Amino acid sequence: MSQNRRDFLKTIAVIGASGTALSTVTPKKIKAAPENIISNERKGVLVDTTVCIGCRKCEWACKGAHDIEQGNYEDYQNDKSFETNRRPSAKSLTVVNQYFTEETPATIKLQCMHCDHPACVSACIVGAFTKVENGSVIWDTNKCIGCRYCMVACPFQVPSFEYEKALDPKIAKCDFCYERTKVGKLPACIEICPVEAMTYGKREDLILEAKRRIKNYPDRYYDHIFGEYEVGGTSWLYIAQKDLVSSVFPKLGNNPAPGVSESIQHGLFAYFVPPIAVYALLGGIMWLSKDRETKKENK
Amino acid sequence: MSHLHLPTPISKKFFTPGVIVLSVIALNGIIFLLGRFFFGIGSVTNLNDQFPWGIWIGLDVAAGVALAAGGFTTAALGHIMHRDKYETVIRPALLTAMLGYTFVATGVFVDIGRWYYIWHPLVMWNGNSALFEVGICVMIYVSVLYIEFLPIVTERFIDKVNLPGFLSRFNKIIDRLLRALDRGLSKTMFVFIIAGVVLSCLHQSSLGTLMIIAGPKMHPLWQTPILPLLFLLSAFSVGFPMVIAESLSASRSFGLKPETEVLSSLSKFIAPLLGIYLIGKLGDMVIRETFVYLAEINSISIMFGIEIIIGVIVPLRMFLSPEVRKSPTGLFIASMLVIFGVVMNRFNNFVTAYNPPYAVESYFPSFGEISVTLGFVAIEILMYRLFVMIFPVISIPSTKANIKTKYAIRGVAK
Ligand code: SF4
Ligand code: SF4
Ligand code: SF4
Repeated sequence: MSQNRRDFLKTIAVIGASGTALSTVTPKKIKAAPENIISNERKGVLVDTTVCIGCRKCEWACKGAHDIEQGNYEDYQNDKSFETNRRPSAKSLTVVNQYFTEETPATIKLQCMHCDHPACVSACIVGAFTKVENGSVIWDTNKCIGCRYCMVACPFQVPSFEYEKALDPKIAKCDFCYERTKVGKLPACIEICPVEAMTYGKREDLILEAKRRIKNYPDRYYDHIFGEYEVGGTSWLYIAQKDLVSSVFPKLGNNPAPGVSESIQHGLFAYFVPPIAVYALLGGIMWLSKDRETKKENK
Repeated sequence: MSHLHLPTPISKKFFTPGVIVLSVIALNGIIFLLGRFFFGIGSVTNLNDQFPWGIWIGLDVAAGVALAAGGFTTAALGHIMHRDKYETVIRPALLTAMLGYTFVATGVFVDIGRWYYIWHPLVMWNGNSALFEVGICVMIYVSVLYIEFLPIVTERFIDKVNLPGFLSRFNKIIDRLLRALDRGLSKTMFVFIIAGVVLSCLHQSSLGTLMIIAGPKMHPLWQTPILPLLFLLSAFSVGFPMVIAESLSASRSFGLKPETEVLSSLSKFIAPLLGIYLIGKLGDMVIRETFVYLAEINSISIMFGIEIIIGVIVPLRMFLSPEVRKSPTGLFIASMLVIFGVVMNRFNNFVTAYNPPYAVESYFPSFGEISVTLGFVAIEILMYRLFVMIFPVISIPSTKANIKTKYAIRGVAK
């Protein structure tokens, strides 16, 4: 027994020491894991929904840029699709929906918002999502295990999953045409838009432009840029004639979606101190109570 | 110790009518499971882009992890605090935890779309992800549980290795290996026992962190930043009820006398633990003023009410009563209520509370999903039965004296 107890103490000491060493040497590294890159140069898109004519050319172009079955371009020219409220999916990374049907109908294009502090990036168990410096939130097929936690996390309910596939089902969402913008091209949907409902540019500039439009045409716009502050800011920004919140977008706060969970997570694991402290505490209790038992026996 | 109980393999017929019913349920589950692997998750489940997680995560994984809490709570009580009289329940609890976590891992395996990448979290780390934390802790803890079970295996086979035919020449070597393993394990076991408790506390609470990131998608009655604490506290309080319910069912099924004395003294811990949990839960409600949601009577508030009243308050009251604690029936009913409450709580957190912004219809598990979940439960019970027949897990009264004392996992050793 005494042999055991000595071993035991030694082990506890070693674990304790390595814990302290770890926490002094590598604090930055543990915390800095996948920091989100947010540069002032990051790009964004300003969607002016008052300009959109609902031609759905963007849907068609997006599919073309992502090897998705496009179908006939002419088939897009009907209003049938406006009867249902569609969501982006693996078959169509962006969709155009119609809203406010009783009054002036407005058409609004939806896709991933490319959040500045994306919940999907924070949530993904294997780090398959990345926020890259130009503002795009992209996804790496080869890492994904298909757990769908990103879908649980995304406040806009964007990522879609290929449930019908037995092998290699993919998470799908708009990737801000990362492959195209990397080589200096415009995102496919923006390039094709015949009325320039979307403006691609530096996010900072887009906000100024949006403010300018709202100020100059107060009758035309509702005074709110959706995406400027929502969930900590998004790369895609919307201005519209009406308030888009609750009719088009969910009601969300201005705090980044992953904020609370990340701070809890980092609190629980702060430099591995709490787990090690618990370990040491339990070890102490175990050792002391063993002592008590043997004392009882010896009496 | 006055009475001598010794863990012994149970010798009974394996096949009984109950076992046959369980086998049918298991088979039905396996058929749907095959469907999932051949035709995709969508072909078997009602999951879609609005509801990415269903009962395979909410029950098989989340409730499964909670119900395996008997393993670490009894280990803490028996091994760490050295309350030796509880040693008889440690082995069954350890076995339940080991099987439970094995099925949790299997549950994850069948739910994820790319099951062949299940090893990815081992090499691709995202420390910000609560799911990553749960995944890693569960993986390590499963291994720890298997290590904790090893002494039972060595105990079963030392001096009893008897391979047939020409293999018998290996008997000596294997015996010697087992002995070496046994010696090594009894010196180091405390490391694993403590690690098991620490890991359990970590992932039980991280399981609560999981849904926090869903933010406003989750109903305010459940969404709170103290979810990790509530999950940990509820795991603490369901540990002993699990042990009690399981011990009573096992003794009934094998025709043994229930160990009422040990179980009723174990049950003394339950009411205080439930009480702390209830205070946390109601306190949170008062602080965040979420009780307003109870005024509207709908499926959400009803589910919440069932969870709290039937699953927490009623059993809490029952465990406070000495009569209940002394009667096997009372103990069994009260324990089952706590178990029901925790299962409800996990189901509510992961399924009821989840309300995506663009939901067109609500989620209800498909026949296939339910079949798989029930199949898992059936297989787990069958495995438990098989294990206690092969290995010395359940303690039965013994006349044998002279049992070697061992530090670690050994049952009654005095
Ligand atoms: S909208 Fe959703 S998927 Fe897109 S970046 Fe934000 S959290 Fe991620
Ligand atoms: S489904 Fe894939 S991308 Fe989404 S969280 Fe899981 S591993 Fe990450
Ligand atoms: S940015 Fe690219 S991926 Fe996204 S909607 Fe437009 S075309 Fe599709």
